[in-house]
Amino acid sequence: MTSQSENIEVTTVEETTVENAQVETLVNAEYEHGFVTDIESDTIAPGLNEDVIRMISAKKDEPEWLLQWRLDAYRHWLTMDTPEWAHVHHEEIDYQAISYYSAPKSKGDGPKSLDEVDPKLLETYEKLGIPLQEQMMLAGVAVDAVFDSVSVATTFKDKLADAGVIFGSFSEAVKEHPELVRKYLGTVVPTGDNFFAALNSAVFTDGSFCFIPKGVRCPMELSTYFRINAANTGQFERTLIIAEEGSHVSYLEGCTAPMRDENQLHAAVVELIALDDAQIKYSTVQNWYPGDENGVGGIYNFVTKRGDCRGVNSKISWTQVETGSAITWKYPSCILRGDNSVGEFYSVAVTNNYQQADTGTKMIHIGKNTRSTIISKGISARFGQNTYRGMVRIAKTAENARNYTQCDSLLMGDKCGAHTFPYIEVKNSTAIVEHEATTSKIGEDQLFYCKQRGISEEDAVNMIVNGFCKEVFKELPMEFAVEAQKLLGITLEGAVG
Amino acid sequence: MLSIKNLKVSINDKQILKGLNLEVKAGEVHAIMGPNGSGKSTLANVIVGRDGYKIDSGEIIYEGKDLTGIEPEIRAREGIFLAFQYPVEIPGVNNVYLLKAAMNAKRKHRGEAELDAFEFLDLVKEKMKVVNMNEDLLNRAVNEGFSGGEKKRNEIFQMALLEPKLAILDETDSGLDIDALKIVASGVNGLRREDRAIIIVTHYQRLLDYIIPDYVHVLSDGKIIKSGGKELALELEEKGYDWVREEADAA
Repeated sequence: MTSQSENIEVTTVEETTVENAQVETLVNAEYEHGFVTDIESDTIAPGLNEDVIRMISAKKDEPEWLLQWRLDAYRHWLTMDTPEWAHVHHEEIDYQAISYYSAPKSKGDGPKSLDEVDPKLLETYEKLGIPLQEQMMLAGVAVDAVFDSVSVATTFKDKLADAGVIFGSFSEAVKEHPELVRKYLGTVVPTGDNFFAALNSAVFTDGSFCFIPKGVRCPMELSTYFRINAANTGQFERTLIIAEEGSHVSYLEGCTAPMRDENQLHAAVVELIALDDAQIKYSTVQNWYPGDENGVGGIYNFVTKRGDCRGVNSKISWTQVETGSAITWKYPSCILRGDNSVGEFYSVAVTNNYQQADTGTKMIHIGKNTRSTIISKGISARFGQNTYRGMVRIAKTAENARNYTQCDSLLMGDKCGAHTFPYIEVKNSTAIVEHEATTSKIGEDQLFYCKQRGISEEDAVNMIVNGFCKEVFKELPMEFAVEAQKLLGITLEGAVG
Repeated sequence: MLSIKNLKVSINDKQILKGLNLEVKAGEVHAIMGPNGSGKSTLANVIVGRDGYKIDSGEIIYEGKDLTGIEPEIRAREGIFLAFQYPVEIPGVNNVYLLKAAMNAKRKHRGEAELDAFEFLDLVKEKMKVVNMNEDLLNRAVNEGFSGGEKKRNEIFQMALLEPKLAILDETDSGLDIDALKIVASGVNGLRREDRAIIIVTHYQRLLDYIIPDYVHVLSDGKIIKSGGKELALELEEKGYDWVREEADAA
């Protein structure tokens, strides 16, 4: 579909495909990271009111302006309703049943080095295969490990500091760089942006903060591992990344969670700001507990991620591999404000068993010669429901804007679904917007071809699915790409029978 | 090596093979010829164990073992290879990657050590010469954007690499121009060996000008109605299939 139109055009297309495939699905892969670390947690009793917010703010020793900011968000949140437009179904969430603060207890004022970190915590990371120590140094990756809500260990700070890069926990940034936090916080995702963003703004406990000064190329990939651990604790992360003029940064986020029966709410907010000539690459591998094969349990992942290409020639690139969570609701987006700015969104979303995903992106073209690319790969198996929802908006001011969107869906079995909702608004006639969508089922012919060459069905499925996702995986940093491929294999293990 | 006895096979309750007998020994090349709809492809598919075919009666004995109920990947690892009539495209999956997985699955099955990337590539380079494979095709996605001739060449290249004991070529000549046909045929001829049997399934005689079979069988309406030497193929070319059918009906 190519539209070149002067009028406002809102196109809504729904392609619902539940195909009859010969391929029978059968899933039995146990969630690999399903274990709970036994650590004493400092947890606030469930419930939400202004006192709880004051308590969170006090526990974190925050300045008055931030408390007020939280309270404004809370008051706004009270006036809002849960969004119901997404193609997902779940029981109503009781926000009073959630505990809004949980931190691992630490001796004294927090660890000064890894030696001071609770060994059980480190053991957890070991089990997850997170190479926090020597491996990290060899890999040249700095980790701001978020365990529940408080950062407990940060490595490579010195090296980053030499380059002038500020990278650490959000709480720390509030204390050490309040002027930066205050200047940028909420400027991309305002407190009242949406229901979950408002909730996050009110109760967020920690997250990551990253500032790359003018002209600096961040000397290493930055990565944060989030992990939800304490039962009944909603996790509300806040991430803020600022890339000043001419700077570059690549940020990696990976997630796993222990097995639980209760549904857990996760409502994070990520804000990215790229000034003139700056580039931010944000990669995610999300593997939260998806619930069991009967759809019991699993994480509700309701996330607001948005990048602001504020400067000219700036670029923000989102890459995500979403294999976990019972429900995923997320649309990493780009506001292409600066002239010649570039937005990219590469996504692989897998829904197996009773998982539901409604994910996509928004590309808002405001500046001249702005370009955006959207590549979305949805894979559904068993009863999984996978929705791509994307918006491309070309404002009047966006002369010569370009967008290319490609949405491919792969179905495994005959009970899953793939849905595509592309919204396109074009208000400038010089714009060129292209949208391509395909839906295919994993081919019996392809499977048989591989089997006839001696390859087992499981390996064949793995191979075909990874081939389908290749365009996205090649955007991931190398070590992440390998992890993502493995994850896909684990997620879809036994999905064909 | 392969012994098919009184095989009856149906698809969706329609019987396609109606009592087929075939004996193939190591070192032999057999051609199965017949008009469209006679059951040639069904025979090829049923030997390799494709889903959707129901064996009503009879047996397929390969190296002394009945193949019934054995998974296709196991048959493949045991040395049965099918060069497909329509090789499928698998987007995003590198050709060499697929072959390395295939090779190592087979080696593992036999209790041999898996080949590492270097050993495998050496082997690939050697086998590419069999069909003058363009190196460029190796690193593309499996069959994606290949011309008809390139796909067929790729099949024979895979055969060279995987070194099957029993190779079945299903309409390998279809869609090939004369030059491609010659390359493919000379590739196959180079793979004829004392310990390897080849079954060529074809509608036309033309491939048999280049790959000379030891035996030719005429398949019609689910049965082999006539067998002979290579001259039978020429006779069929000249007279068509009707006279064999009439002869069989009269008998």
